[in-house]
Amino acid sequence: MADHNPFPGENNTGHFWDDNIRELNNPPPKWWMIALWVSIAWFVLYGILYPMYPVLPWQSQEGGGFTKGVLGWTSIKEFEQGMEQVAEVRAQYETQIAAMTPEQILDDPGLTQYTLASAKVLFGDYCAACHGSGGQGNPGYPVLADDDWLYGGSMAKIVESITNGRKGAMTAHKDILSEAEVDQLSQFTVSLADGGEGSEAGWKLFNDKGCTACHGQQANGILAELPDGSIVTVGAANLTDSIWRFEPGGYESAKHTILYGVNQPGVEQTRDAVMPAFGGSAGGLEGKLESDQIKKLAVYVHSLGGGQ
Amino acid sequence: MNETPSRGSGAAMDELYAEAHHWEVNTGGETIHAKRMPGKWRRIKWLASSVWLIFFLGPYLRWNGSQAVLFDIPNRKYHLFGVTVLPQDFWMLSLLLLFFAILLAVVTALVGRAYCGYFCFQTVWTDVFTWIEEKLEGSPPQRRKLDKAPLDASKVRIKVLKHAIWLLIGFFTGFSFVAWFYGAGPLWRDFFVGDANVAVYASVALFTLGTYLLAGWLREQVCFWLCPYARIQGVMLDKTTVVPTYDEARGEPRGRLQKGQSSAERTVGDCVDCNQCVAVCPTGVDIRNGQQEGCITCGLCIDACDAVMDKVGKPRGLIRYASLDEVEGKPVKPMLMRARVWVYTGILALALVGIMYGLSSLEAIEVKVLHERAPLFVQLSDGSVQNKYTLKVLNKSGQDLTVRVSAESSAPMTLLGAEEPLFARSGEVTPMIVFVKIKRSDLPGETLPVTFHATTTLSDNTEIAAERESAFFGPSR
Repeated sequence: MADHNPFPGENNTGHFWDDNIRELNNPPPKWWMIALWVSIAWFVLYGILYPMYPVLPWQSQEGGGFTKGVLGWTSIKEFEQGMEQVAEVRAQYETQIAAMTPEQILDDPGLTQYTLASAKVLFGDYCAACHGSGGQGNPGYPVLADDDWLYGGSMAKIVESITNGRKGAMTAHKDILSEAEVDQLSQFTVSLADGGEGSEAGWKLFNDKGCTACHGQQANGILAELPDGSIVTVGAANLTDSIWRFEPGGYESAKHTILYGVNQPGVEQTRDAVMPAFGGSAGGLEGKLESDQIKKLAVYVHSLGGGQ
Repeated sequence: MNETPSRGSGAAMDELYAEAHHWEVNTGGETIHAKRMPGKWRRIKWLASSVWLIFFLGPYLRWNGSQAVLFDIPNRKYHLFGVTVLPQDFWMLSLLLLFFAILLAVVTALVGRAYCGYFCFQTVWTDVFTWIEEKLEGSPPQRRKLDKAPLDASKVRIKVLKHAIWLLIGFFTGFSFVAWFYGAGPLWRDFFVGDANVAVYASVALFTLGTYLLAGWLREQVCFWLCPYARIQGVMLDKTTVVPTYDEARGEPRGRLQKGQSSAERTVGDCVDCNQCVAVCPTGVDIRNGQQEGCITCGLCIDACDAVMDKVGKPRGLIRYASLDEVEGKPVKPMLMRARVWVYTGILALALVGIMYGLSSLEAIEVKVLHERAPLFVQLSDGSVQNKYTLKVLNKSGQDLTVRVSAESSAPMTLLGAEEPLFARSGEVTPMIVFVKIKRSDLPGETLPVTFHATTTLSDNTEIAAERESAFFGPSR
């Protein structure tokens, strides 16, 4: 056919249909062909080096039905290597923290910075559900950012609270006190919380009914101050400040607490005040945190704003 | 399907065929070997290109004992003649980018693609590469001949030498680029003994290969198919833009010079159809077809045409820098009467003022205050309200500093946590947690402005202060 090409000089292949339809030879540019072959080579090479081809189900072996690649790369391996690198960076801080008390950590600005960043994650995982993301508390769960502590705000006390947990206790007075007495005591606590002195009759009733046994002679929750400056409490609330243990606070809240007590078995409507143990031997969350983690959390809670 | 077109459409088709030879698509199938001719614009082009010597020599410039301009990416510090710019000052970079983007726009609007023709690295490197090619392989006809010649020892020697020099230029392009970021001294020390990091070797390799491919092989194809600026410049040009223009009224109809014919006897236009303007064009366009996307306005066709006009004894300027308005004989508006010029100049000036303000007001320390949100405030047992703040002190000076922090507000207040001065390492952000306590009775409302001050003393005893206003929050009444 090419011998009698009726369309010379237009670079056709010599294939004609219907006299005038012909196939031209217009190959793609050379650079395009090179790019195509390089891409194909890349595809093949990649398939050899990396996991790629899914293998048909009946051919699948143990460990997943796909070709593994000769480099042995897997995403989980890469992830684990990354985690090892992170652990390496952290190791220098972690070894120092392990050998220090929480107070010593707080004295070192660099370590404190590391500890706060690290404990923020722990706080989010274990504490924030009840105490709020920034320790701002929730109804029924104490604020950790203020300076009002039921069990003490020293580092040692905070470690103790996290490790062993806490359980409040207060007798239900609905069958012990008369309605008038409950009313009088409720008003007495409200007046104290508002910054008042408290009536003489109120103080008398407070003493007579044995409230001082837990809330202390000054109704501030402190039973005794030791010579070394530390205080003895049983976890009873300080009634002389404006911070209420049970929300929303005020007359009704106080009355409710006096009538039904705290954590009283068999008493309906009793107040619930339990902090689980995160490191000690009791409670359902036993052994959840290691001592270094508790140390970090203690530093974190202490730095929220009210540490003593 | 076998029908031939009717006679009526024949004339229209002839017209289409007549112009068909103008419409050729340059896809790089054939290498453009442009002729080199001396001339005014050729000289200007070399002068303009020499700006790029700064790129090669700049890293060796010293300032107060260290590299004058060093972009230290691993440490996020950018040294410019003794001034250290940190990422926090990068709003100035956006102004710098704005400045250059508008500069490009204004230059394009006034004189077309002057950047493309004289300054663009693609043009300049291609120019140098083809200059080397000419030195080794000879004039364009000799080069075409060599390309077609069978591979023998002398061809291999020439070609290997050419590509080796190209690659060497590519290598030094990459090497010089990296020197701006790695430091010229350390780079010479580390590079050849394998002590530099992977990023350095990868960058140099990419630049070597990129320069070799783009300037050696792709050349004008980059301007045609790859460059975004070439695509958008069409909307920046107008009829007042000064670009290399063929004076059609004077040149057409073009006709070849007849032997023995005096210029007075010539009945056609001044264009002698010598095609020299096409021969010298680095992108292979024919300027006589008018302004087109392939024209990078380098002016080399002007040199070529002027040389020919001199030879045939006609006035210069058949091809010249002129606006379409000028060539069409319309009145030319003076540059300062054009609104576009003023708007562009205004933006340029604003960007420059912003950069100058930024560079002159770089403080050695900067303090940011983050107010704690959860909880917004805490009521303390003594009846006061406490807010928590995280101060972030950025030390931009070249030395470690001891920073004292204080705070003030209109109400009596206690600042806790700032009793000890803060140790701020050079070039780093150091956080500090502080608390502000205010008696509830002293709070005038739910919020109260609080100003934090950070002061420090540099080693030369200059006092530096920075302040930042934040707010104090209390309970609603």
